[in-house]
Amino acid sequence: MSKTLYRKLVDAHTVVQLDADNVLLYADLHLMNEYTSPQAFAGLHERGLKTLYPGQNVATVSHIIPTHADKLRIIQDGDSALQASNLKRNCERHGIPLFDTNDRFQGIEHVIAPEHGMIRPGMVVICGDSHTTTYGALGALGFGIGTTEVEHLLATQTLVYRLAGDMRIRIDGALPPGTTAKDLVLMVIARIGAQGARGYVVEFCGSTIDALSIEARFTVCNMAVEAGARGALIAPDETALRYVLEHCPDLAGDADLLARARASWRLLASDPEARFDVEHVFDAAELAPIVTWGTSPDQAMPVTSLVPAARDASDTRALQYAGLASGMPIAGVDVQHVFIGSCTNGRIEDLRAVAEVVGTRKVAPGVRAMVVPGSGAVREQAEREGIAAQLIAAGFEWRKPGCSMCLAMNDDVLAPGTRCASTTNRNFEGRQGRGAITHLMSPAMAAAAAVTGKITDVRSLLEEV
Amino acid sequence: MKHTIIEGVAAPLPIANLDTDQIMPKQFLRGIDKAGLDRGVFYDLRFDAAGKPRADFVLNQPACAHGPILLGGANFGCGSSREHAVWGLQQFGVKAVVASSFGEIFYSNAMNNGLMLATVPPAYMEQMFAQEGPLQLRIDVERLEVTSVIGTARFTLSERHRRMFMDGLDMLGASLLHLPAIEAFATKWREDNPWLADVAARARARLDGQAA
Repeated sequence: MSKTLYRKLVDAHTVVQLDADNVLLYADLHLMNEYTSPQAFAGLHERGLKTLYPGQNVATVSHIIPTHADKLRIIQDGDSALQASNLKRNCERHGIPLFDTNDRFQGIEHVIAPEHGMIRPGMVVICGDSHTTTYGALGALGFGIGTTEVEHLLATQTLVYRLAGDMRIRIDGALPPGTTAKDLVLMVIARIGAQGARGYVVEFCGSTIDALSIEARFTVCNMAVEAGARGALIAPDETALRYVLEHCPDLAGDADLLARARASWRLLASDPEARFDVEHVFDAAELAPIVTWGTSPDQAMPVTSLVPAARDASDTRALQYAGLASGMPIAGVDVQHVFIGSCTNGRIEDLRAVAEVVGTRKVAPGVRAMVVPGSGAVREQAEREGIAAQLIAAGFEWRKPGCSMCLAMNDDVLAPGTRCASTTNRNFEGRQGRGAITHLMSPAMAAAAAVTGKITDVRSLLEEV
Repeated sequence: MKHTIIEGVAAPLPIANLDTDQIMPKQFLRGIDKAGLDRGVFYDLRFDAAGKPRADFVLNQPACAHGPILLGGANFGCGSSREHAVWGLQQFGVKAVVASSFGEIFYSNAMNNGLMLATVPPAYMEQMFAQEGPLQLRIDVERLEVTSVIGTARFTLSERHRRMFMDGLDMLGASLLHLPAIEAFATKWREDNPWLADVAARARARLDGQAA
């Protein structure tokens, strides 16, 4: 019988079929952070259970960690410090690998896992974080869970998993100059809506996707959850294989093992006759740089367009919150803050894109611009490439890694009324700070906003060069 | 058998895509236990910047405050996976949420904690939102029916979730009975796919070797 890639991954990882809708799904890797895991460990201790396979679990301090460029990072907030020390104690007790506060390689879970070879095609990867969909970029099924399920994962390395439907999104055509994977995924979310993929695992395909780097594919799969998707997948190809070889020295150095792995990865594609419950087709040729105007990631528009008319009460509420009026151009709206980072856009290619746009320009007067690399390795790489020095000279704050202002759980919080051009994934009300306004966009667009002080079509800056 | 009827005042929150960041804002996520989350529920909607209750917010109106049921907009609970949103709602006194759709992770989290979610047709929600004044609602979990002055709407619940809610089925306890099958699966899987085994421990060991 013909199968989708999603069904192949689920079937391969099914330990027991529990009923028509649920399987006991085996996880190759379980990632944890400091804030969605404490109650899971506590539950485990109450039951007197231990972690079944500690080596297939990993934890990082990412959400509450301050990102000031101090040599030694100290978490000042008492509760947050307790979360970090609690995570360390739990990891030590259970023998779980940890990327702690001052670890050279610490970073956001979804940045450090692939960069250190922990994500490989054909895996199931689960984490108490909704952006775990990221790993579909390497042909691994990733998805987020709650804390009760984190406990279940620790105790059994499995999850009671409700099967999702199959959706395919095909995108063909070359990305126009000045547009990126971020613009692409924001366009898709705007078209299908914030619950357009609810109930489905989305397989992305088409010539546009094929031409993307793995880091760009991470961005696409990462944000699929903002359309409600329960997972995102891209069939692994030669690009994926190159990424894996660069990041998995154990495989790259073992020809026999690699040959076996490659043989199994060749099967990781949907069969030609496989049936999808829903299919969408988009053309990348129409794409312009996208920016969000509202408080949901699907409230997004080309930067060249006028702010749309409200379709319903939620739109009206969003326009009011964002301080925008229907019919006004979005380009030219002043920003006071620029945030570059997050699991969506905190990787080296993102920082290179920022550096390219900034060139010799300076951060505009009155703008506070912050770069928070996704991991210690990304930060070091950017320093080696001269990106850090260039951005510091331009007036950017060069921070240490963490989730930072993406969700503002640490001390990087925007003041009420502050408008922020942000490379993150959610423009929810209050997400970056109570009363603060978030405009989601690509790293290149955020860089353009930083140097002009307003929402700006990045293509106008690229033409000047 | 557990209570199967949830009945009382339903507070309308007709906001689409009401995300878990709004249900439980970031500053309430710093604990290592589940205590005190009732304070955080809808914090920015319930209180103004000075910490005073906002009189115009439905849960601050005496008729609706601390009712057992919320009426949510489409895609209620989308966004972040934080289970704190569910714990907080329950501590606040919410026993059920009725909406036309729910965020997926929120749905699982709710089921794992016994917070009943009833998915009813959008038209039924629209009619309830159009009503003046507080609405009385009755949710019959056994019959899978929501009843109000509008009439009765049916909702679905998987057999697994029904047993978890009605019989208090312990999901982890049930899964632990499968441990022998899990261990057999893992042994074979590791033999067949050795490059996928212990990736975390091996990455950590390699990095530690690099740093040394």
